[in-house]
Amino acid sequence: MSNHPKYKEWEEKVLSKVLARFPERKKEFKTTGGLDLPRVALPKEIDDEYLEKLGFPGQYPFTRGVQPTMYRSRLWTMRQYAGFATAKETNERYKYLLEQGQTGLSVAFDLPTQIGYDSDHPMSKGEVGKVGVAIDSLADMEILFDEIPLDKVSTSMTINSPASILLAMYVAVGEKQGVPREKLRGTIQNDILKEYVARGTYIFPPRPSLRIITNIFEWCTKNTPLFNTISISGYHIREAGSTAVQEVAFTLANGCTYVQTAIDAGLDVNVFGKRLSFFFNATTDIIEEVAKFRAARRMWAKIMKERFGATDPRACMLRFHTQTAGHTLTAQQIDNNVVRVALQALAAVLGGTQSLHTNSKDEALTLPTEDSVRTALRTQQIIAYESGVANSIDVLGGSYLVEQLTDKIEEEAFSLIQKIDDMGGVISAIEAGFIQRQIEDSAYEYQRQIETKDRIIVGVNEFQSKDTVKVPILKIDKEVEKRQVERVKKVREQRDNSKVEACLKRLEDAARGDENLMDPILEAVKEYATIGEICGVLREVFGEYRD
Amino acid sequence: MGDKKVYRVLIGKPGLDGHDRGAKCIARALRDSGFEVVYTGIRRTPEEIAMAAIQEDVDVVGLSSLSGAHMELFSEVVDALKKHGASDIPVIGGGIIPEEDIEELKKRGIKKVFTPGTPMEEIIKTFRELCENK
Amino acid sequence: MNIEQIIKGIKERSPRAIARAITMVENGDVLVEDLLSSLDKEAIDSTMVFGITGPPGAGKSTLTGKIVGYCRKLGKRVGVIAVDPSSPLSGGAIHGDRIRMMEHSLDMDVVIRSMATRGRLGGLCASAGAVCRILASSGCNPIIIETVGVGQSEIDIVKIADVTALVSAPGLGDDIQALKAGLMEVADVMVVNKADKPEAQMLAVELNEIAREKGTEVILTIASEGKGVDKLYHVMEKIYLENEKKGIKQQKRIEYRKKEITDWVIEMIRSDIEKKIDSIDTDLDKDPRVVASKVASELKDVLLN
Repeated sequence: MSNHPKYKEWEEKVLSKVLARFPERKKEFKTTGGLDLPRVALPKEIDDEYLEKLGFPGQYPFTRGVQPTMYRSRLWTMRQYAGFATAKETNERYKYLLEQGQTGLSVAFDLPTQIGYDSDHPMSKGEVGKVGVAIDSLADMEILFDEIPLDKVSTSMTINSPASILLAMYVAVGEKQGVPREKLRGTIQNDILKEYVARGTYIFPPRPSLRIITNIFEWCTKNTPLFNTISISGYHIREAGSTAVQEVAFTLANGCTYVQTAIDAGLDVNVFGKRLSFFFNATTDIIEEVAKFRAARRMWAKIMKERFGATDPRACMLRFHTQTAGHTLTAQQIDNNVVRVALQALAAVLGGTQSLHTNSKDEALTLPTEDSVRTALRTQQIIAYESGVANSIDVLGGSYLVEQLTDKIEEEAFSLIQKIDDMGGVISAIEAGFIQRQIEDSAYEYQRQIETKDRIIVGVNEFQSKDTVKVPILKIDKEVEKRQVERVKKVREQRDNSKVEACLKRLEDAARGDENLMDPILEAVKEYATIGEICGVLREVFGEYRD
Repeated sequence: MGDKKVYRVLIGKPGLDGHDRGAKCIARALRDSGFEVVYTGIRRTPEEIAMAAIQEDVDVVGLSSLSGAHMELFSEVVDALKKHGASDIPVIGGGIIPEEDIEELKKRGIKKVFTPGTPMEEIIKTFRELCENK
Repeated sequence: MNIEQIIKGIKERSPRAIARAITMVENGDVLVEDLLSSLDKEAIDSTMVFGITGPPGAGKSTLTGKIVGYCRKLGKRVGVIAVDPSSPLSGGAIHGDRIRMMEHSLDMDVVIRSMATRGRLGGLCASAGAVCRILASSGCNPIIIETVGVGQSEIDIVKIADVTALVSAPGLGDDIQALKAGLMEVADVMVVNKADKPEAQMLAVELNEIAREKGTEVILTIASEGKGVDKLYHVMEKIYLENEKKGIKQQKRIEYRKKEITDWVIEMIRSDIEKKIDSIDTDLDKDPRVVASKVASELKDVLLN
């Protein structure tokens, strides 16, 4: 340990408080051979450069982690993204995952839900229940969380354009279970900007979309203070083909846009800033990824403090979820994917993630089966309980290579953010096609490297094997769509339609004016208005975005 | 003028899936192999794609879908082309498509199906052959 | 589809026949002259051809898509030719402009065709002219040619248009400077798109000075929201009608006709010229300019006899 006054100060002011509230998992942490493991290893001489660039965990600029004890107190949340077919099937999968030791839920919605179409809309044909669970109204949401106590789990929902609606439904389900809003914990993705460049589930043009997001920030501050109101996502930007530097730069640039919009709307950066969360990709390039996570934390801290004037350290913390890189999974020799996922998950943990999803080996072919999801979860558990990397903090910190790469990623990402600022901000850069082009260029270059074997992908362009293995497939029965279509029709018949109409009218008025949309949406949801109907009203008022 | 025939192809994404990395990479690779590529973007109906293919008089239509809706959506493009008197335009597809679906897709008129990890060269070769044989 | 079916199909507005006819032009089909001779001269003469050009990122295809939508509201059948540059290395091209016009895909009265420059010097001009005539014969009026405003072949294509709008937008930086040097010469009307951006006013003021000198107008649009599109359309239509009254349009078309014929001729005899060069260019010590003179004088002899 160190006798440096700053270290002592950290021990007294930061560490001791947290230890009091969250004691560490063990009294002492040792290697398998019995050697002592320090909480956080430090350089022999702590100098100013160290303090400025790295500091101590849980303290600005958070390079070494956002909590002073990190995984010694609490392991990351093991959160497997799941959802398919109807609410009933998905509810069963959730209960299974919770039984297996998963510690949080993560809801995957099907594409019609994500794009605000009901299951019986013509555009929904063939897509119902395919990449996630189909939710049309509160009736489906009630089944999705049946027998899952919402005061005990935290739930992450991958939902963007209609995030306000799904959040409203979650609140309504909570009320029916007798759980007050302020106790609900979880995250909505709610990150529209990356949809325009990387993921495609946008509905409205950028400006009204940003207004809805700001409405959510404001409403959640008062109603659901434990909910993360946004998960600013680099994951999909990386999946679309960006480099690690671009992932950080575009994600943080998007973050700046949300923060600025909220500040412009009169919200307090020290309040809503604490509820911002992030979501990154972890590829197999372990060292670059660890450096990326550390650089992103340091950059965001600087941005919040220096650019936006945040004074509460918690508003400067970049807390993030990680998912292992879907694009690195191969359809060939799928067992190899288990190894890839393990390395990627390790990178995320070494990088200090707050929660983690590990992909299943069969996802290059199909939706994951129960067996393959279990292996993916076990991968996290092995890292947590067997590897020892969770017993000390930022274990790669101080490595010449890692520190050098951390600096490099920060430098390059900041210069890319500057470029976007010079163009007039993220929305201008999207409209000019700049961000899209950057991502496409990187994706094409990556592909070219594979084609020319500059980059070896084991089992794909080298070390191929002839024998094909039959993979068990989880298929969504055609009946699912039919059943869901019937269901939504029945919901529309059985509810009080005059009340629904009144709610939708009120929502329309609110949308045309500048009232917060959350309350009108919550009312409509409680009367079983469907996602398609609510989005229909908003489409009418705000118009639709087209690439 | 221009006695050398230039092949024209369409790359389309039917349905709601927004993952266009593969589609865009293929479009670029085709361009770099001398094709003229009409890219119709994400979130299109099969009918819209078919009509675009007809107006652009392309030699081949290539479809991509990663959301598992390929069965319905790919065959609807084939049907829409047929409906508008353009069943001579061959349709091929790619995406996260399980082995057992491939045979069925072929039965429904999709000439060739590619799964993840297929070398670009092989895909371009297929486009070229279909163009030449048209 | 045989040639008779195609000729008949154009009159009947069959999308397939129109598309096939355009391909015949593009690929230099042996029967292309039969096809072009069959077209509706009257329709061709009375069809308005609008050019939309400007730097990348100005929002041309979004604007074109919205003009198409506005024309459809007026009950007009519209043709669009979207021109993209061919890759000089591979000869291939990516046409992405349709993405912003896909909402019209199922409308049988909107005919959209993407064309690549195919590295033909001026040759595209000839092709695009013939494509315009096919679209006009199929009842499209107006026809909009959309092209990126960089490079010579794109400037050439503007010559086909009766009225050309130059689209710019704030935040494009140096591209605007480059435009001033070239394309502003040919613009009949100037458009500042993305007019909701704060810097748009500055750009408009700047362009207004140039416009005043030229006696043209600057129109503000927000293409993504369809704002200003109706005004733009009517200004272009007004210019067309005025030019027609003054005979300017007819004069321009005659000039263009000459250019198109020249382009076709050069294209048609290109391979003969190349053969001639091969036969004459035997002494590599001779300067190329000297050889060219010799080739030209021999060709002239043949032509004049």
